[in-house]
Parts: sequence; structure tokens; C-alpha cells
Amino acid sequence: MASVVAREAAGGIAPPRRRAPSSGVGAGTIFRWVVLIVTAVYFLLPLWAALRFAGISAFGSVIGESGFTSSLALSVRLAIITTVITIALMLPTTVYVHLRLPRLRRLMEGITILPIVIPPVVLIVGVLAIAPGFLKGTSLLLSLLYVILAMPFAYRALDAGLRALDLKTIVEASNSLGAGWLSTLWRVILPNLRTAMLSATVLTVAMVLGEFTMASLDLYQTFPVWIYVNSQTSGQVSVAASLLALFVTWVVLLIITMIGTRSSRKRGGGTVTLFTVARQETRGD
Amino acid sequence: MTANTSEGATTAARVAANGLPTPERGGTSVVLQDLSRFFGATRALDGLSIEMAPGELVALLGPSGCGKTTALRIVAGFETADAGSVLVDGKDISRVPASRRDMGMVFQSYSLFPNMSALDNVGFGLRMRKVGTGSRRKKAAELLEMVGLGPQSAQYPHQLSGGQQQRVALARALAIEPRVLLLDEPLSALDAKVRLQLREQIRTLQQRLGTTTLFVTHDQEEALSMADRVGVMSKGKLEQIAAPDELYADPATAFVAEFVGVMNRLPGDLDSGDRVTVLGTSVPARSGSQAAELAGQPVDVLVRPEGLRLEVVENGNGIVTTRTFLGSVTRVGVLLDGDIALQVDKASSEAAALPPGASVSVTLPPEPVHVAARKATA
Repeated sequence: MASVVAREAAGGIAPPRRRAPSSGVGAGTIFRWVVLIVTAVYFLLPLWAALRFAGISAFGSVIGESGFTSSLALSVRLAIITTVITIALMLPTTVYVHLRLPRLRRLMEGITILPIVIPPVVLIVGVLAIAPGFLKGTSLLLSLLYVILAMPFAYRALDAGLRALDLKTIVEASNSLGAGWLSTLWRVILPNLRTAMLSATVLTVAMVLGEFTMASLDLYQTFPVWIYVNSQTSGQVSVAASLLALFVTWVVLLIITMIGTRSSRKRGGGTVTLFTVARQETRGD
Repeated sequence: MTANTSEGATTAARVAANGLPTPERGGTSVVLQDLSRFFGATRALDGLSIEMAPGELVALLGPSGCGKTTALRIVAGFETADAGSVLVDGKDISRVPASRRDMGMVFQSYSLFPNMSALDNVGFGLRMRKVGTGSRRKKAAELLEMVGLGPQSAQYPHQLSGGQQQRVALARALAIEPRVLLLDEPLSALDAKVRLQLREQIRTLQQRLGTTTLFVTHDQEEALSMADRVGVMSKGKLEQIAAPDELYADPATAFVAEFVGVMNRLPGDLDSGDRVTVLGTSVPARSGSQAAELAGQPVDVLVRPEGLRLEVVENGNGIVTTRTFLGSVTRVGVLLDGDIALQVDKASSEAAALPPGASVSVTLPPEPVHVAARKATA
């Protein structure tokens, strides 16, 4: 207040005065805090209980446990293969639908939501019954199934990224400047979809690292399956491994989101979230 | 196809040698030959034919949906005509893909690549033509200077205003030294002041570089002030193509007469021969206004505000309703007997004697007038 008076006295224009804070805390504020605390307790209490059950010493013995390294390596390998196939399939499809078949977007949304509606157990049982023999013995089959499971997440992330671009105009601008389709895809579309692809990757990796049903029915000991099997013999180590996996996944998501946001902001985009990419804004003048 | 590739290489060589683009000797001629395009049952283009001389700026003007943008997109290679062809320097390019047409285009919406700085945007077309990094950056910087954006070369599109973005887009389109420059309502998203500045800049650059340019707009002021010739389109057809002054003074059809500039409609009676009686005066109908075809039908006479005479008289045939000061002239609104609203231009020095409510007499000088079929009133 004193500084405002001083500015006015010095001939400056006083900024609009803020409304004085009310003496009491509003009912809305209390409600928001209550919701936040209840939600936090709902999520954090099980984690705290798990941490207490496992004990700090169990974390040290997780790495040396039999099957830990191989199951984690398998899950990571599946995550990489699944992500590569998912992006390779979904990116051109989504771009093509946006550019050439915009009327099919609703249909695409409907189709890509199916893996969420159909239980994974139905998918895996059906696929195992009809899959060709050369695929049945390889983890590639599991990756191909994960591609289907990742479809809803990957499509939505890429779709959100494409909606944030004036795709038709920038593709035509690129063409008119002499770029063919591959150059346009590589130099114009992909760099502008970096954030969306990052989101799709994060979601796909998170999904693969956590998938249990299909892997166990296909008799592969992925990391979640190993955690489950290990829980039969060593509950504490198993819970410690779960917490470790959760923490590592969370850190990876955080890092990717932070890097994506920094890169996006540099080019005028907004914060990277998993399904939305803020539209580029132009200065109004 | 091969010819285009070699032209691309020539462009690169010219750029490397010179820096700034130079007018092509003789320029490029463009012919739109009997173009037709259907979208479902809608006929977007109906036999459009235009010949553009090398270095000429032709504007296509018309209301929304008249087919002007479709015509431009066919020339650019983004649409395919159902019939007809596009000839550039006498060669049919109808089957050449957009990326090989060597045409620069500025779009209505901001079309800069968000992931590239202004400099990289301008250099993109040169990069596609395999121009070396040094020459490319030098030329891009020079073009940005040319459009007055040298200091902004490192900025990304989101850091530029709308007007600046369109200037970068113009520099980008010119950087490849296009055979033809295509402008798709590039000023429509900008505010009035920026629009005026940019349109002068575009015209100056176009004349300096001698690039044959096709400009699409729905803004008649833009078209009339920038173009060598203006083509007025309606329902997929070219109504008339002429120099701006000719288009204004001698419109070929009633649509052109009413679309370009301000036009009054007065009910008239066709006499035998090519004369029409309006406001009690018999005046000749213009040749080409199809008076003969309208014989026996109710007609309207089309007269511009400056084509009417206005005098203050007691018990005249009209009353002044409004006055709008336009600088050297004042536009006076008059309500004639029979509820006919007119606009008449008077020198501002004389308009002071015409306050709203004043009784006036509106007459026509005995000069040829346009005659059109009478418009049905609601």
C-alpha cells in the first residue's frame, strides 16, 4: 500500500487495486482442500502401507532376486518393440486420416477404443487359438497384441497433436516449396508432432510395463508376472519390486513430460500432457 | 517433369550467384483454359479461361463460393480440374505435382512451419532445391531484410505478429524465385492498418521482381488497388476481366456493376430502340447491357453515386436522409418518391447545403446507362 502511495506521489499511474483479502477462508477453499486431502490419502495410503510392509531392506535384495533381470529385460524389450510398431503404424494412419479422410475420424475414434472395451483375456485367448505357428513361440506375438492394446492411447495422443496443427495448410505450403511427401513428413510433420509422439510413447511404455493378463496367459514372465510369481515366495521383495517399478515409471514420465514441455514452449506450444497439446498461438497485433 | 527439375537447378545457381531474386527475362505466361470443377453436384468452376501475361498481377475477385480459390488451387496443383488445363509458358502442367510446379504460394491462414525460425522458414524451399547452407542462409536473410524483418530472423512463428508472419510467408514464397506467385487472400486475417502496409509491400515487390502473380481476394479495394487486371467471378464463371478503371467505369454485366463499387438501382422503362426512361429523362442504354433482350420486361437502371445530379429544390422528387463525409466528396443518402433509396456523391464543399430532411431533385445526365432485369423486391 505504501509503495502504491509512493508511486502515485511520484506521478506514476497506480495499478488497479486488488480486492482486499477477506478475513475468513471461503467454503469453496475448504471444499477444495478436503477433496485434495481425501484423494491424496486414497492414493498414498496404499503406497505407504506397501512401503511399510516391504521395509527398506527388501529394496536391496530385489536386484539379486532370481528372474528379476530377465523379466525386466523382457518387459523393456517388449515395450521398445511395441512402441516402434505402434508409432510406425499409427502415425502415418493418423496423418493420412487427418489429411485425406477427415470424415473417417469418428470411425477411427470408435475403432481405436475397442481394445479398451474388449477384455484382454478375450483377445489373448482368441489370438492364441488362431495365431500362426511361427508366431506362437515368440515374444513378437505378445508385442503385436500390445500394439492393439496401445492403440487407444497412441491414437488419441497423435490425434491431439495433429488437431493442434493446421496440418493441411503446412503440408500444402511444404509441397508448394518443392518438398515431396517424405520430405514433408520428415522435416515438417514429425518435428511438429514430437510432443504428441512423446505422449504416445510414454503411454505405450507405461501400458506394456504394467500389462499382466496377456503375458501370463501367453506364458511369458514379464516384469509384472515376475512380481506376481515372486509374491508367492517372498511377499516383501515382491512389494518392494512393485514400488520400485512404480517409482521408476513415474520418474521416466516426469522426465519425458518436462523435456517435452521445454521443447514445446520453445516453439510456442504449451505444457505437454498425455492427451492434449496446446495450440500454437500468435501474437495478437 | 525433367524440365522442372532442371529449372530448379537453374534457380539454385541463380540464387548462389546473386543473392536477391532477379526478374526472369520475359517472365512467365499462365493460361487457364476452360477449367471446370465439380464438388459433388456443386459446380465450383464452369469453363474458366484466363490468360495472364508475363509479369502481370491478376486478381480474382468474387463473393464466397464463386470458385476463385478453387481456380487458384488448381493452378497450384492442390486440386485437379475435371476438365480444362493450365498452361505455363505454353506447357500443360495439369499432371505436374504441386511440389514440382515451381510456384510460390502465400496462404490465407498462417502457414509458417512452427518448428522453424523465420530464417529457416524462408530457407526451406532453397533447402529442398539443394542450395548450400551458406548461400541459403544468406539469401533467406536478404529476403527477410527485404520484407523488413531482418531483426526477427531468429524468432519462431509464435513470437511474430500476424502481419509479420505473412511477410515471412511472402519472403518464403519469393525465396525460390517462383515462376508464378499465388496469393490466397493473404491479407484477410490482418487488421486494416497492417493490411494496407502489406498490400503496398506485395505490389512493390511483385513489380520489382516481375513475377507473374495470381491473387485471390473477396476485397474489391485490395483487388482494384493492387492488380493490373481484375477478374470478377460469380458462380464459377468469369463475368469480366479488365483493368480496374475499366471494370469500374464500364462493367460488362449487372453483377460486375453492382459487385464493384457502389451502384444505385432505379426503376426504368425501356423505350423502343436502345433508350430507357428513368426519373423522367430518356437516356441511351449502354451497348452490351442487353437492353434488346430485356424488351418488354420491367428493368432497372444502374447508376453510380457520382453519375447522378443532385440539386436543392422545393418540392423535389426526394429527401436527404443521411450524409457521410468521405474527404473531398460527401455521400448523400436520398429517399426518392416510391421509397427508392439512392446514394449520390457531391463535392464536400457543396454538401453543406444538403442537411438531412432537405427536399432535393435527383436527375440523370443524358449519358449511356446500364440496364438490368428488375430485381424482385421482398
